[in-house]
Amino acid sequence: MRRSSVGARLFQETGAMVNNSSPPPVIVVDQLTARFGDNTIFDRVSFQVNQGEILVILGGSGCGKSTMLKHMIGLYKPAAGKVLLSGVNINTYDDRILRQVRMNLGVLFQSGALFGSMTLAENVSLPIYEYTDLDPATIELIVRMKLGLVSLAGYENHLPSEISGGMKKRAGLARAMALDPTVLFFDEPSAGLDPISSVELDNLIKSINTGMGTTMVIVTHELESIFNIAHRVIMLDKGAKGIIAEGDPRELKDHSTDPRVVNFFNRRPAAEAPPQGT
Amino acid sequence: MEHSSVPGRGHTVEVRGERGQRLTLAISGRLALDNLYSFNAEVETLFQKMIPAALTVDLAGLDFLDSAGALALIELENQARTRSITYELVNPSDKARGIMGLIDPKALTTPPLITDRKTGNFLERVGDETLAVLYDFKRVLIFLGELLGALTYALFHPRSVRWDDVLSYMKRAGVDGLPIVGLISLLLGLILAFMSSLQLKQFGANIYVASLLAIAIVKELGPIMTAILVAGRSGSAFAAEIGTMMVNEEVDALTTMGFTPVRFLAVPKVLAAMIVVPLLTLYADLFGILGGLIVGVMGLDLTVYTYLKATQQSLSLLDIITSLIKSGVFAVLIAGIGCQRGFEVRGGAEAVGSATTSAVVAAIFLIIVTDSAFALVFQYLHI
Repeated sequence: MRRSSVGARLFQETGAMVNNSSPPPVIVVDQLTARFGDNTIFDRVSFQVNQGEILVILGGSGCGKSTMLKHMIGLYKPAAGKVLLSGVNINTYDDRILRQVRMNLGVLFQSGALFGSMTLAENVSLPIYEYTDLDPATIELIVRMKLGLVSLAGYENHLPSEISGGMKKRAGLARAMALDPTVLFFDEPSAGLDPISSVELDNLIKSINTGMGTTMVIVTHELESIFNIAHRVIMLDKGAKGIIAEGDPRELKDHSTDPRVVNFFNRRPAAEAPPQGT
Repeated sequence: MEHSSVPGRGHTVEVRGERGQRLTLAISGRLALDNLYSFNAEVETLFQKMIPAALTVDLAGLDFLDSAGALALIELENQARTRSITYELVNPSDKARGIMGLIDPKALTTPPLITDRKTGNFLERVGDETLAVLYDFKRVLIFLGELLGALTYALFHPRSVRWDDVLSYMKRAGVDGLPIVGLISLLLGLILAFMSSLQLKQFGANIYVASLLAIAIVKELGPIMTAILVAGRSGSAFAAEIGTMMVNEEVDALTTMGFTPVRFLAVPKVLAAMIVVPLLTLYADLFGILGGLIVGVMGLDLTVYTYLKATQQSLSLLDIITSLIKSGVFAVLIAGIGCQRGFEVRGGAEAVGSATTSAVVAAIFLIIVTDSAFALVFQYLHI
């Protein structure tokens, strides 16, 4: 097996685990700073993501949500600080550890990011072929199961160009879940979807989280989605260059006194907001 | 009682019961994607060796289960039922039950909606390809018509041309290409002079190396090599640029804003190519002759003056003018076909790649065909 037990030991895994009282956080973002040239996107941000939790990162356009996500999945190198996935720094240069890091995180990109020249089955099976030595018949069965999980049973031979935007997202989710990663990351999962597809995707995210215990980090600014799926939210702000609120979304909506948070949850442009304290 | 296990973080399967009787499989440890292979092998052996009459799978000792492991348990149940073996699952944890509940057994047997993609027999494919070539030819003609119309419009309305873009493309297609065009032409001149000198030396006709090289480089190789290099460097870039714009709906945006995409995107590229390709050809001619000069002076004992004099005598102004006319036509073909292939892109990254390849291949093909046509025309005109 190429998925070594050494690598598996590095990570808290998705799935049914017993005796998991007070597990350590799956992700620790420690004093993370993102900077492009002279432009600081966020500065010394720290937070944690707990096991089995759905954490939503929200905020207005340009606050650095997607930049934060790309730092958390290791696509961007931090200007300062670090991101730990199950205690392992994801910006390590050790190829062996980096491979295990990659294997233990799945990402659903905004567009689905399916490979256009491959069928859905080939897209989903790609990481399984890469990381395991399973025989093609078993992999085919796993692919069918994964496509079934996202309600795409029967679509294994379709090309991405032959399915709708919502189906592409679901197929992208099936691919992201191919190796049962420890954490699933979602970049604007509802973007470009009709309301029904959006709710369907939210329900799918919830059922996977409940059924498989997968930890999830979701970047979105869709309020319906946030209230529907989030266990906890952190809110980034462009001006503050960091987190301005953290907690249960309903609590924040009903009890926050920060005008930026109130405006966001009430869909109120800043100019229309009443002065603070009124 | 039998045990089998995978070391490290694997699973252990304890088999309780006698062969042909009710068996209990106590699975403990970790059942996941990474030890699925060994688990499946153990299960297969179990069915073959023990031939159970009934099977109870006990998950009391299971520490970890992922969706692949859950699938293996479902498959185990399916196998048992297929062999008419009574099956029972006991002591699953709530989380294990949750994962197994997510898996839709129907999805595992749902036939694909698309079973095979029709490729047709040999004759059908030949027919399809022939029609595709004809259709492609028609689209190229239509585009060339559009392009010539747009160029004519630009001729009478020069202010409509985006000259900043023209300058930018002139730099990219021309100035940036100077090093490679110079190097290739120099090497071509060296090789041609050296190879021809091997023959001409035998007749004491060293001086004719200069004439041979001048005519070959200026009339044929200079324009053709330059055109092929520009096709490879810039034709492909034009196709990729417009193709990516097609994928990103930028061309659609231009159309809806009232712009003519050919005029907006193709004309600056074609004009830039029409200006720089003849200049690059002259530059290539000079470097080709320089290559011949190096061989002539260093290998054939000719003086610089003798070599250049022989070169000058073998060439007429008309030769240079026709060479430049040819390279101007090649420029229109290279840039035109690059843009046309870009506008044909539908889909994603793969289509952009195909368009880029197609732009280079089609441009080189058209360059050779056009050059042949020029050769015939010049022959009849005694040029």
